[in-house]
Amino acid sequence: MPGAIHAEGLVKTFGDVRALDGVDLDVPEGTVLGLLGPNGAGKTTTVRVLTTLLRPDSGRAVVAGVDVLKHPNEVRRSIGLSGQFAAVDEYLTGRENLHMVGRLYQMSGRAAKARAAELLERFGLADAADRPAKTYSGGMRRRLDLAAALVVSPPVMFMDEPTTGLDPRNRQALWEVIQELVAGGTTLLLTTQYLEEADHLAHEICVVDHGRVIARGTSDQLKARTGGERVEVVVHRPDEIAAGREVLAAFGRSGAVTVEEHTRRLTVPVTGGAKLLAEVIRELDARGVEIDDIGLRRPTLDDVFISLTGHAAEQKDAPDAPDAAGATAASRKDPLK
Amino acid sequence: MTAATDAPRLAAPRPRGGIVQSLTDSLVVARRNLIRMRRIPEMMIFGLVQPIMFVVLFSYVFGGSMNIGGSTDPSVYRNFLMAGIFAQTVTFATAGAGAGIADDMHKGLIDRFRSLPMARGAVLTGRTLADLVQTALTVVVLAVVALLVGWRIDAGVPKALAAFALLLLLGYAFSWIGALIGLSVRTPEAATSGGLIWLFPVTFTSNAFVDSGRMTPWLRHVAEWNPFSATVQACRELFGNPGVSPSDAWPMQHPVWASVIWSLLIIVVFRTLAVRKYRSAA
Repeated sequence: MPGAIHAEGLVKTFGDVRALDGVDLDVPEGTVLGLLGPNGAGKTTTVRVLTTLLRPDSGRAVVAGVDVLKHPNEVRRSIGLSGQFAAVDEYLTGRENLHMVGRLYQMSGRAAKARAAELLERFGLADAADRPAKTYSGGMRRRLDLAAALVVSPPVMFMDEPTTGLDPRNRQALWEVIQELVAGGTTLLLTTQYLEEADHLAHEICVVDHGRVIARGTSDQLKARTGGERVEVVVHRPDEIAAGREVLAAFGRSGAVTVEEHTRRLTVPVTGGAKLLAEVIRELDARGVEIDDIGLRRPTLDDVFISLTGHAAEQKDAPDAPDAAGATAASRKDPLK
Repeated sequence: MTAATDAPRLAAPRPRGGIVQSLTDSLVVARRNLIRMRRIPEMMIFGLVQPIMFVVLFSYVFGGSMNIGGSTDPSVYRNFLMAGIFAQTVTFATAGAGAGIADDMHKGLIDRFRSLPMARGAVLTGRTLADLVQTALTVVVLAVVALLVGWRIDAGVPKALAAFALLLLLGYAFSWIGALIGLSVRTPEAATSGGLIWLFPVTFTSNAFVDSGRMTPWLRHVAEWNPFSATVQACRELFGNPGVSPSDAWPMQHPVWASVIWSLLIIVVFRTLAVRKYRSAA
C-alpha cells in the first residue's frame, strides 16, 4: 500500500533549469520524511507540486490517497502547508487570520471561531490574539503560520524550511511542536537545509541535489555510508606524526590513516567507541607522543552530504534561489564538528 | 506551547462547491481586505487627495480657458468636468487591486490560499469586491467636495443614482484589469505604477476633460469609442451637466448602454484571464 505521500518520477523544468529531475518519494502514514539539500536542490519545488501549487511536467503524485493532479481540490482538504515565509496577513490579528483560514477550509463560522481560540491558546499566542500580526516577533509569526496550517488537523502536513531564520530557542520550541504533532499521528514532509534538523526530526531522510534524490535512508544508515566513527588526534610536534600514525594504524579498522601535515591532524576509521579511545590515549602516552587534541568523531550529515556530492551543502551555488537567508547561517557551521 | 495532538484527525469538510461556496469564500476574502483597508487608512486618504486635487486644479487653472458648448464660463467647465473626474477616480481602483494582489503574491499569502480547498476565483473576487466598497466611499466624499465647489445635479436624484451605479460598475470592471496586472508583476510597486501609467492616456484620450468634438478627427474617433468616454457621456446626461457631445458615434448616442456593455465586457474578459492566471500562478 502506498504511503500517505507518494510521488513517482516528478519532473519540472523552468526554462533551462531542471528543478525536478525524476523525484520519487514514499512517506508511510504517521512518519516524517526529511528532504535535505542545499538551496536550489528542488526541495521547495517538490513541496509545491505535492501541495497542488505547481503542476509537474511529468510524473504522478498521491497525497492522503488522492491523486494530486486529477483531484487537487480533494487533496487540499487533507493537507496543511507551512511555508518558509510566514504566510499570514500582517494587518489581521492572529485570531482573524486563523478564523479566515478556517472559513476557507469550509468550516462554519462558529467552528472556525472556536478552533482559532483553541489554537491560539495552544501555541502560546492567546495574549497576542487580538493584535495585528505585524506586531509579532519572528517566532510568534512562525507559530501563527503553523497554527494556520493546523486549523483542520490535516492528516498530512508539509513544512518548507520551518525553522529557517529562527534563533536557536525558537527553533527548539518549534521542534517540540513538530514532535508532538507527529506523536499524534500526522504524516509530515519537512524540507530543511539544516542537517541537524533532519537528523533530529525525520524518520527517513532523502538527500536531494540538482532535482534528484541522491540518497535515502535513516539518519544512521546514511551515516554508516560515510564509514562510521573515527578517531582524530592532533599531535603537539611535527616530528611526532610518524609515531602517532603507527599507533593509530594499529587500532584502525582498515588501517588507512589520514594525515594533515600542516595541522598535525591524524584521522583513522575505528570501531569500538569510547573504550577504544581510552586505549589509544594510553598507547600514545606510553610512546611519549604529546597530544594537543584527541576525540572520537561521529559523522554528521554534513559528512554524508560531502561524501555523496563531493561538496558541502552550503557551498553550492543556488541559481534559482539567490536570496538564501539560511545559507549564510549554515556556512558558519564547522563541517567537521 | 503544545501541539493540537488531541484534536480530531479529520480532513476539512467537503466543499459544497458551486455558486454558494464561491460567494461565501469571496465574502470571507472581501471581509479580510476591508479589515486591512480600515487598518491602513492612509491608502484611502491618498486615494482621495488625487481626485480632489484634480477638481481644484482643472476647474481653477484650466477652467477659464476651456470652451464648453460655446461657453468659456469657469462654472460651466466645473460642471462639465465633474463626470470626467468621477470616472477617472473610479478607474484608480485598478492600482489598488493590482498592488494588493501583488503584495499577497509577494508575501506568500496567495500560496496559502491556493493550498486551501476554496473556490478558485474567490481570492480575486473578494479583493475586487472590497475595492468596490472603497470606490463607493471615495465617490461619496468626492461628490461632497464637488457640491462645495459649485457642481450641481440638474436631472433629478434617480438619474443621478443611475450615474453613480454606472461609475461603480466601471470601477469594478477596471479592478479586474488591476487583478490581472497584480498577478503578472513581481512586486507591489510595479503593480501600482503598472496599474496607473496606462490609465493616463486612456482617461485623457477621452471626453473627460475636454470636448471631444473639438479634437482632430482620428483622435475624436478614438475618444468616442474609448470605453471610458461612454461612462463619462452617460454621467453628464444623467447628472444633467453641460457638454454632452452631439456626436454621431453609437457609444455617444447611447452612452448608458455603451457604458454597461463596455464594463460587462471588461469584467468577462479580464476576470477569465485573471482567474486562469491565478490558477497557474507560480
